[in-house]
Amino acid sequence: MLFKKVKIRLSILLTLSAISVFLIFLVFKVLEDNVLYFYSPSEIKNTNDLNLNKKIRVGGMVKKGSIQSNETEIKFVVTDLNNEIIVSYSGTVPALFAEGKGVVAEGRLRDKKFFIAKRILAKHDENYMPPELRGNLNKDAK
Amino acid sequence: MIKFLNPSYVFKLSGKLLSLFKAVLLPIVVVGLIFSLFLSPKDYIQGDTVRIMYIHVPSAWISLLSFAAISFFCILNFLFKLKNVTLIYKSLAPIGLTFNIIAIVTGSIWGQPTWGTWWAWDARLTSMLILMFFYIAFIFSYKFINNSDRSIKACTLISVLGLINLVIIKYSVEWWSTLHQPSSISLTRETTVHFSMLIPLGLMLFALIMYVAVIFLMKYRIETIRIKRKGIRKL
Repeated sequence: MLFKKVKIRLSILLTLSAISVFLIFLVFKVLEDNVLYFYSPSEIKNTNDLNLNKKIRVGGMVKKGSIQSNETEIKFVVTDLNNEIIVSYSGTVPALFAEGKGVVAEGRLRDKKFFIAKRILAKHDENYMPPELRGNLNKDAK
Repeated sequence: MIKFLNPSYVFKLSGKLLSLFKAVLLPIVVVGLIFSLFLSPKDYIQGDTVRIMYIHVPSAWISLLSFAAISFFCILNFLFKLKNVTLIYKSLAPIGLTFNIIAIVTGSIWGQPTWGTWWAWDARLTSMLILMFFYIAFIFSYKFINNSDRSIKACTLISVLGLINLVIIKYSVEWWSTLHQPSSISLTRETTVHFSMLIPLGLMLFALIMYVAVIFLMKYRIETIRIKRKGIRKL
């Protein structure tokens, strides 16, 4: 008798789980792009409906040797190793902003190759190590 | 096995465990803090900010694990009507919520100097915030729904949704582009945290788990006493 009740409850539970998974899947399907925190330069290149007025974020790596700055503006190239986009920004950058490091720029596109940022965030990667090791790493990279 | 269903045996055993965990807690906290604050090196790029990780990461893990545990026990209760396990999840849920909040707050404090922002609505941070609301909803549904049958049903629904959210939290950094970095420590891939930084991380994880165990057992024992003396206000 007890066993039968447990069986009923188990089937309720499994149905509930299946429905929940399905509904949550639908929610993410609807949200789709909104779940992405930023677009990569490749995604921007391949997009068809370019909205220049919408505030978006572009993320990737700051290309080595691409930072140019004067008193009012800083310009650099964000790359995902396939495609690139030029970002222009005036303001202070976070301490971790550096060439070869991850970055997320928030602002508006002028065209597919040029982005005007209102805010710059530094993206940290998953590597943690003491400073002494950094020297070895750079040697390896060369 | 059957003696674990006997409340007075469990009460005695939990007393012994409690004194053991209490004895371990203080030394391990001291050693863990010495390692994480003084003996471990600075990070090559973040500097001293990396030390926040030693509290942030264990807290996040604990909050995920304890939600998995309370969901497991809640579903067990729903399926087999085991009244005894209600005490387990009632004692564990507030601790999990606390560590969830600690993870969010320490992450925020780390984010300001590192990313340049306190908060970002990326998938990882948002799903972690949703977990916090699930914890609150879970606690409310056993605290404020007086009909125990209905409260178990509500808790089970939250458990199922919350478990799906746990999976989303875990894989959020792989499925979508997020500001939060991907996992450094994984079972399938090589760890990207240097060994000298893994020591304080491991010690702090152990220290916090001991702390969770102590608080959990204390709360569990108080609840047992409350049930025995019906006059005392229930949880």
